[in-house]
Amino acid sequence: MAKTSTSKSSESTQPATEEGAFPLHSLQDALEKEKRFKPSDEQLMHFYEQMLLIRRFEEKAGQLYGLGLIGGFCHLYIGQEAVAIGLQSALDNDRDSVITGYRDHGHMLAYGIDPKVIMAELTGRAAGISKGKGGSMHMFSTEHKFYGGHGIVGAQVSLGGGLAFAHKYNEDGGLCLAYFGDGAANQGQVYETMNMAALWNLPIVFVVENNQYAMGTAVRRSSAETEFYRRGTAFRIPGMDVNGMDVLEVRQAAEIAFKHVREGNGPVLMECNTYRYRGHSMSDPAKYRTREEVQEQREHHDPIERVKKDLAAAGVEEDKLKEIDKGIRATVGEAADFAEKSPEPEANELYTDVLVGEY
Amino acid sequence: MAIELKMPALSPTMEEGTLAKWLVKEGDTVSAGDVLAEIETDKATMEFESIDEGTVGKIVIAEGTEGVKVGTVIAILAGEDEDASDIEVPAAEESSDEVKDVPGEGKDVGRDGDPLDVDKPASKPRASDPEVPEGTNMVKLTVREALRDAMAEEMRLDDRVFVMGEEVAEYQGAYKVTQGLLDEFGPKRVIDTPITEYGFAGIGTGAAMGGLRPVVEFMTFNFAMQAIDHIINSAAKTNYMSGGQMRCPVVFRGPNGAASRVGAQHSQNYGPWYASVPGLIVIAPYDASDAKGLLKAAIRSDDPVVFLENELVYGQSFEVAQLDDHVLPIGKARIMREGSDVTIVSYSIAVGVALEAAAELAEQGIEAEVIDLRTLRPLDTDTILESLAKTNRLVIAEEGWPTCSIASEVVAVCMEQGFDHLDAPVLRVCNEDVPLPYAANLEKMALIDKDRVIAACRKVTYKD
Repeated sequence: MAKTSTSKSSESTQPATEEGAFPLHSLQDALEKEKRFKPSDEQLMHFYEQMLLIRRFEEKAGQLYGLGLIGGFCHLYIGQEAVAIGLQSALDNDRDSVITGYRDHGHMLAYGIDPKVIMAELTGRAAGISKGKGGSMHMFSTEHKFYGGHGIVGAQVSLGGGLAFAHKYNEDGGLCLAYFGDGAANQGQVYETMNMAALWNLPIVFVVENNQYAMGTAVRRSSAETEFYRRGTAFRIPGMDVNGMDVLEVRQAAEIAFKHVREGNGPVLMECNTYRYRGHSMSDPAKYRTREEVQEQREHHDPIERVKKDLAAAGVEEDKLKEIDKGIRATVGEAADFAEKSPEPEANELYTDVLVGEY
Repeated sequence: MAIELKMPALSPTMEEGTLAKWLVKEGDTVSAGDVLAEIETDKATMEFESIDEGTVGKIVIAEGTEGVKVGTVIAILAGEDEDASDIEVPAAEESSDEVKDVPGEGKDVGRDGDPLDVDKPASKPRASDPEVPEGTNMVKLTVREALRDAMAEEMRLDDRVFVMGEEVAEYQGAYKVTQGLLDEFGPKRVIDTPITEYGFAGIGTGAAMGGLRPVVEFMTFNFAMQAIDHIINSAAKTNYMSGGQMRCPVVFRGPNGAASRVGAQHSQNYGPWYASVPGLIVIAPYDASDAKGLLKAAIRSDDPVVFLENELVYGQSFEVAQLDDHVLPIGKARIMREGSDVTIVSYSIAVGVALEAAAELAEQGIEAEVIDLRTLRPLDTDTILESLAKTNRLVIAEEGWPTCSIASEVVAVCMEQGFDHLDAPVLRVCNEDVPLPYAANLEKMALIDKDRVIAACRKVTYKD
């Protein structure tokens, strides 16, 4: 049944597509035809650099946590680098917005935000991007239209729906990229948001970063439907099933999804299958999966190694890569030094930024 | 460059652990991700992975060692271009490099700041209501109309303002507060949502983060409990957590408190809940003038506002000054009636109860001063304390439960800051401490009324 809507409200609540033209599989079909993005040599090199920066940054963050310089929760993105880079490299940063959950370091680095201010936030220093008041899970850059960094599992999906709503309301041509994990995918508000996003034809790409575990609970132990890309079907949202360990496949999927959304066709649900090498957070006993499973992923599916192979195929010399690696290690080292040495927030910062206005 | 491998902290509270087992030996080549050792804490055994590539130069702490402090060098890794045998082991003192708690270094967990070092922001004198020029035409408006007019005026002034909620558009509002808005502003700005409070509260909050000025209507605030996570965790805290980057100028509004015979799940005052949360503004007006002036202020505010209305007051008419732009200050209480013998502090529907009580008390020779708080957060304690200094006796009338209430908060303020002015204990007149019953007689018994306020006022003035 087509929805009944009076002429008054049809402007804002018209279903995304006419009956019979529901593009449930069309985006996936397009991806199947041409799975991998064809980057220029320069682009490919840039993907490599960005992914490597995330990897090295996160390794360093893990070290600093081990030294007690980072407190509380710290969720590392190691293994998942291709997802943020593949997707965000396809954004139009003048218009588009991004929002994610608490595993947010990589998404910020993907913007080219200075690693120093990110690392300084992790160590709780005044120079941190949230003045040291947010921490690992609560980082934002409104300058880049990066809206966090949210600690409540699934909340970022509804908030992302709101950002997409604002894009549509302002007619600015932007879209919202809303990331969440396989764990958050079982939260009710995700589906409340999908319903409204489809109903109102909002420009949003829902991205499930399926890293296979919600904390220590494997997908098959938490989810009746483990193929997350299918979960938009009830809302007529087309799904895409993407290898999140291949930056070129993610980028290709992004091209297809963004085009669909920008043409006014409403939301897309993209599942990026990836793998988290490290624990859920730093205090993870790693008893819920085998060491072999992790090693298998690292040795045979590593997203950075994959790009390395592509670079080799493109004729890039090993020495060139070593040089890049060295440079990134230096950058990350400087960020760590900065984060360790810069001062904590002034005591009076305790009372600032509670409210904007004075009452 | 040789890399010192240090005893890692595997949780925020770990200070030391046992180096249970080495899985590598000196001279082994390791790459990132290889497990080097097993470390036992009081909670679990964890695998310690290598982050770098290199050769194990020296194992400093032998396996089986207990009580190894976090930060102690446990092994040295030689880098790619080094000879592992050349590695010098740092002196023992250095190697037991315990994490020191140096102020400013942030190496501790949960250090207390010295409160004496901190300048708390001074409370500023609160703005008064703007003068209404003499000769201004006064019109009778219901609270319902006043709220609608406030939204309509702000929508005319600012394209970013829109209204969303259940039945706000075509149905004209479940309580007709949004009547006529769809006709004037169209479906882009007056949006019917599905029955999905958590979701649309999140979308409203996100839209505010994205630069719009949403007015999110809850059909009643009872249903906002489904959405309270966004009100508190997303709307109230984000400005602080972002170091002041993220604005969230959203208004959550709707009827709050007991209605009439709708039973326990539809009858609750959330004023105290929201008023306890830093980062929120909470407004609960009584009459039409305040409803209009404060809703306009709420929509213009850069902060998230919870705006608590009352269904039973929607249809009541009050005089409202006919001004081009009737905006009132947030955070300022209003003296509804002056008096010298006792102060009755109240807000929302209970202000009407307090005024009735004051009228009857006057006939008994007791002059009560009635204060309408209007804003519950930030609370205008100055007005409360000034009145207390004058009357020396204070009663709070609140349509809501007594425990952890606004009344409790006002009592605390009087004790902490007004003790010397008190000639009698401060009394709370609240609803009975039970879920609201359906039966008419029981419902009546559960809710505050003027007789209870009168009795409390007589008690603190020692007339009984």
